[in-house]
Amino acid sequence: MKISAFHLMPHRELPDDFEKRYESVWVTPPWWELADARRVGQYYNWTLDELLHAARLGFDGVCTNEHHQNAYGFMPSPNIMGAVLARATNGSNVAIVQMGATLPTSNPPVRVAEEYAMLDCISGGRLVAGLPLGSPMDVNLCYGITPLEHRERYREAFALTLKAWQAREIFPWNGRYYQLAHVNLWPRPIQQPHPPVWVPGSGSISTFDFAVEHDVCYCFLSYSGARSAATMMQGYWDVVARRGREPNPYRAGFLQLVAVAESDARAEEKYARHVEYFYHKCLHLPGAWYSPPGNQDYRSLVATVKNPVRRAENPKDLRYRDFVEKGYVIAGSPATVRDRLREEVVKGLRVGNLMVLLQIGSMPHELAIENIDRFAAEVLPHLRGIWDDEGWVNHWWPERLRGPAATPAAAGVAAGGR
Amino acid sequence: MNERTVSVWQGQVRMRVLSKGRGPALVFFHGPWGLVWDPFLDELARSFMVLAPEHPGTTPDAPDDVHHLDGLWDLVLCYDELLDALAVEGALLVGHSFGGMVACEVAASCPRRAGGLVLIDPIGFWRDSDRVVNWMMLEGTRMRAHVFRDPDGPAARLLFGDAEDEQAAAAARVRLMWAMGVTGKFVWPIPDKGLRKRIHRVAAPTLVVWGKDDRLVPPVYADEFARRLPRARVEMVSGAGHAPHMEQPETVARMVRDFAGSGGAA
Repeated sequence: MKISAFHLMPHRELPDDFEKRYESVWVTPPWWELADARRVGQYYNWTLDELLHAARLGFDGVCTNEHHQNAYGFMPSPNIMGAVLARATNGSNVAIVQMGATLPTSNPPVRVAEEYAMLDCISGGRLVAGLPLGSPMDVNLCYGITPLEHRERYREAFALTLKAWQAREIFPWNGRYYQLAHVNLWPRPIQQPHPPVWVPGSGSISTFDFAVEHDVCYCFLSYSGARSAATMMQGYWDVVARRGREPNPYRAGFLQLVAVAESDARAEEKYARHVEYFYHKCLHLPGAWYSPPGNQDYRSLVATVKNPVRRAENPKDLRYRDFVEKGYVIAGSPATVRDRLREEVVKGLRVGNLMVLLQIGSMPHELAIENIDRFAAEVLPHLRGIWDDEGWVNHWWPERLRGPAATPAAAGVAAGGR
Repeated sequence: MNERTVSVWQGQVRMRVLSKGRGPALVFFHGPWGLVWDPFLDELARSFMVLAPEHPGTTPDAPDDVHHLDGLWDLVLCYDELLDALAVEGALLVGHSFGGMVACEVAASCPRRAGGLVLIDPIGFWRDSDRVVNWMMLEGTRMRAHVFRDPDGPAARLLFGDAEDEQAAAAARVRLMWAMGVTGKFVWPIPDKGLRKRIHRVAAPTLVVWGKDDRLVPPVYADEFARRLPRARVEMVSGAGHAPHMEQPETVARMVRDFAGSGGAA
């Protein structure tokens, strides 16, 4: 089992009536009314501190991601954060999991290949290369990429990136969207033939196919928990079986919101308002923006319209106890959290690469640290060995970090950053 | 009504063409919500041979043909090939919204193609002070309210394919979303793709028609078109939004007939 700390870097202090006063948390929230650059500087530093704290306590990886023009999670460049994390964790066995830089918004996309190679060099070969399509809000609405060309552009950029890392010769790329006469990447990654690749998604069938075809780890980034993910993840494992790939749990990743306290009741006292802030404010945006016309290919569009996935309830109608009961958030005592994570998420969905979001919405720094502490001490050690008896190899993890996790105190100083 | 499917672009792009009527040829370029045969086209068919092609990708059973076109230049040449196949030269080109922009681009690229030009609430220009609303970002009800003066009227119900039957409603939703996607390919995210550099090449006399209550493309854009076209006049239509030919079909059809009859079109 590999367990990584995920972070969104949200705005932690949106006004109480935010969702009533503003159209959206994404694309159009007015910076000058809602934010202050000095305060935001504090958020970035808290985010880095929280991830580094998790790294010191023995998490297997730290995850950052790319989003634009929003108060939900604003690391427009995950690689800037990743660079800080890579440097500061040298000497430890924590993976730098970039979830990651978005190919269609990087022009030319070899920029991502270069920056990831830099991170791999700086970290001594500890990079996990997440290669996301990017959300329609980021890619289409903020960065102006035509929805109908989004996926095709991604596929071309993906192929170019993989080739740029591995090619022994300088090569020309005469693509539909990108034309480069001399691709000759400096630097190249330490990991050969290339760093492990994860493709995050939100349940689209064509992304399953893509992930299995390219033999990469598919990561379901969900905010509605394992129960509503069960059908989709089963669909993923069906594709894996149909394509004759082994049912290795490490070819699946899953993101889960988690909040740990002394008891279930204390968890509610501590975390309820931060969880509600996340679902009510951080996900406040017009539904149509998740799928502008053309973003879905024709077959997916027909499938979605004709067989709509059971309409998920509106999170704005739900309160803390609903979120916990439905598994959107796994919260409570350490025993509650580890049992639910093991049964519902890890075993239920067959997940080898688990990501947990421990700083949620408005959660202040001190409480986030407390949540990380409790998870590291009382949950993480109980989950770590779950898949060990089946003997799978995590091909989607940096090779030098694949062994059993070292105890945090034993993390030496000589390992990385050669 | 007749229909035929014409293959262009070395057989890679199939375009269905609906046609009706007798008389001089009139080619109708539909807007971003797809082609529906409406009372306006019926009215025109009394005086013209109306030819209404479907934008690449919107023809049934050929949704992916649009992927063979990379940009506006490809699209214009595609229409040039289509008009060749239909054997129309010097016809009256009528376009609505996105289709107005395409008709104007065709008339600018191949001036001899157009004997006359009618632009109904066309897109194609951009002013920072009077922004064109991106219809592709609007939720269903808001979109209707932006396109039509009366969002629940018969014109809106016709264009958006309102249906009681669940299957028909689903099919209409697919048709609408895909039509917006495949037309959006050529105008996302700002519908100004350089027409202002080319529009001076239009040789045909032009009628610019605008719905007075257009909430999608403000009527000030009528002046932009009139100012930049060598021979243009503007008609405003009361009681209509972005689709005046659908909300006031008889009025707009009469404007087209008068324009053609006065020698506006060859």
